[in-house]
Amino acid sequence: MNLEKVLFGFFVLLALTLNVGFVYGEIDSVTHHHVWELFAALVVSLIATVLKFGDRTHLGAVLLASSLVADLHLIAAAIVWGINSQVFAAGEEPGVVASVVSLACGALVANLASVILLVVETLTLRR
Amino acid sequence: MNSVLFLVMRRMRRPLIMLICAYAVAIGGLVLIPGQDDQGRLWHFDFFHAFYFISFVGPTIGLGEIPYALVPAQRFWVSFSLYLTVISWLYAIGKIFSLVGEPAFVRALRETRFRRAVSSLSEPFHLVCGYGETGSLLVEALCARGWRCVVIDNNSDRLDDLELAELPVDIPRLCANAGDTRSLVEAGLHHRYCHSVIAVTNSDAVNTKIAVTCKLLKPDRIVLCRADSAAAMENMASFNTDHIVNPHSIFAEQMALAIRKPHVNELHRWLGARAGKPLKPPLLPPTGRWIICGYGRLGQAVRRYLDASDIEVTVIERDAAHFSETGGGAVQHRIIGSATDPEPLHEAGVESCQGILAGTDSDADNLSIVLTARDINPDIYAVARQNHFRERELFAAAKLPLVVDLNRVLAWRMLPLATVPTLDEFLACCRSQDDEWAEDLMARLRSLTNETSPEVIHVPLWGPSSQGLCEALAQRSVCLGDLGGHIDGETIPVIGLMLKRDEERTLLPDPTTELQRGQQLLLATVAHSSHRLEWLIKHSNHWGRAQRSRKAQVA
Repeated sequence: MNLEKVLFGFFVLLALTLNVGFVYGEIDSVTHHHVWELFAALVVSLIATVLKFGDRTHLGAVLLASSLVADLHLIAAAIVWGINSQVFAAGEEPGVVASVVSLACGALVANLASVILLVVETLTLRR
Repeated sequence: MNSVLFLVMRRMRRPLIMLICAYAVAIGGLVLIPGQDDQGRLWHFDFFHAFYFISFVGPTIGLGEIPYALVPAQRFWVSFSLYLTVISWLYAIGKIFSLVGEPAFVRALRETRFRRAVSSLSEPFHLVCGYGETGSLLVEALCARGWRCVVIDNNSDRLDDLELAELPVDIPRLCANAGDTRSLVEAGLHHRYCHSVIAVTNSDAVNTKIAVTCKLLKPDRIVLCRADSAAAMENMASFNTDHIVNPHSIFAEQMALAIRKPHVNELHRWLGARAGKPLKPPLLPPTGRWIICGYGRLGQAVRRYLDASDIEVTVIERDAAHFSETGGGAVQHRIIGSATDPEPLHEAGVESCQGILAGTDSDADNLSIVLTARDINPDIYAVARQNHFRERELFAAAKLPLVVDLNRVLAWRMLPLATVPTLDEFLACCRSQDDEWAEDLMARLRSLTNETSPEVIHVPLWGPSSQGLCEALAQRSVCLGDLGGHIDGETIPVIGLMLKRDEERTLLPDPTTELQRGQQLLLATVAHSSHRLEWLIKHSNHWGRAQRSRKAQVA
């Protein structure tokens, strides 16, 4: 067992689970999507990205790319939510919440791709 | 690919994660801690304001407690966050600075720059492996002749010398083992403009490795190799290395040639020299008895060549083992002793002898030998071997008619091999001609170039470099004498040195010889006119014009 691998797998998986936790629920209901969960998903996703830095293999490059996509989505979601709640005082409007959640949904797909790649790599390693 | 970027990314992992965690903790804490607004009501930081607040606290800018004054619990947390983020930033920035100074990073950066410099070369270049004394002479001479070079050496001090050498062009240089396949490939072995590979490291094993690598990966590259031992020469010859140069036998050959055919030897020096230099008078070593001091590789080679020229030789060597190594029977007159003392010199008959070669591997001994010998016999033709370039002033002060610098011998032999195709074939043919023949040719060259060394160019009558001439040849006949052409009444004087078709060589072809496609020409011309001549040969419009102007002259 390799502690570095454990941490790596942990953060990649945690990024996905937190993302799912945030997205889960009705798309336009603010009570189903908590801001803390978005915060945690964003932080963990950033950490997972940095952990993927500097891997020269092809798989490493694809993992990094998918992680960057997830970051981009989550940051976009955070900015949309922040601007709407601070500037327009419309943070709880169903339309705003829906667009935030759909952006996070995009990040979810990217995180899912990351995890699938990781699983595939692990399986080929076993054989 | 981009190893520098990967190295930076990998090293920045830990500091970046630390920064992200520090910000997350600071922002999260600030959002959790209850505060008060200006009317004393319960108020919480939202994420946006917490991020904003920590962003300016982190780099210790500080814009005050906004939007509302903080409560003590928040202040506790902010002072903790302040130190946390500042330390994280310091750690990250320190990591970047330490990375910049790290040898691995510097090397990666240098290699990236080297690869870029090599791949951006857009003119023919030579790949010089080994930047010792020979390598530096070669690089300097090649640059002076307008060639580009790429240098590999495993000693970074010597590469620093290259940086300080004030050459007219920038020379990409790589600090690596030249015997390494990867470094040769990085240095442009596969590059389309790589003209030749010159292996002049001080190790036969490395030179052999370079030759093998080149011949396996790129059989059509010209490979020039230095070889010090007979075994290495045989080994290199076994896989078709183009030119194998042994400095000892080259010098011995030149010396024997200078004794037997001084003008032929001089012709070598003229054609190998940089164009436009004043011509030197020929060396005229005496043909009488010679003493060779030091029976190492140089002494043995010289003895062999002088024996072959029927010149009597006496050898003085300190170590008797050197004689037995090569079969002592071959040396008739041998004396065991140190030639720096007068006794062995007297014993060798220095009073009645015409020439002496001090060829040991110690510069001090060599100088001492020639000075002692000159004391005894002031008329003696003294030749000394200079082992180290830095002693050249001493040797110059001794005012010897000939100083042997093997690095120089090697460089001057390799230079024409690397730059002018077929010149070595011409010179080999010259060596079998007699001295009068060479004297006649030298007189012609002298009047051609006005007492300066000529410029030698190789013209293949095919391909794009002679397109114009070839087109003209398809329509009418052009003689060798027409090549100089008449542009605006100006003529470039040319002497044809050699005409080669397949394996058939004609030395000094007559100016009325008709040229044919598929031939190769070796021409001597005045210094600095080779570019004009090459231009003439390349461009077809000139050939129409030249003929018109000649017709006009006839009319």
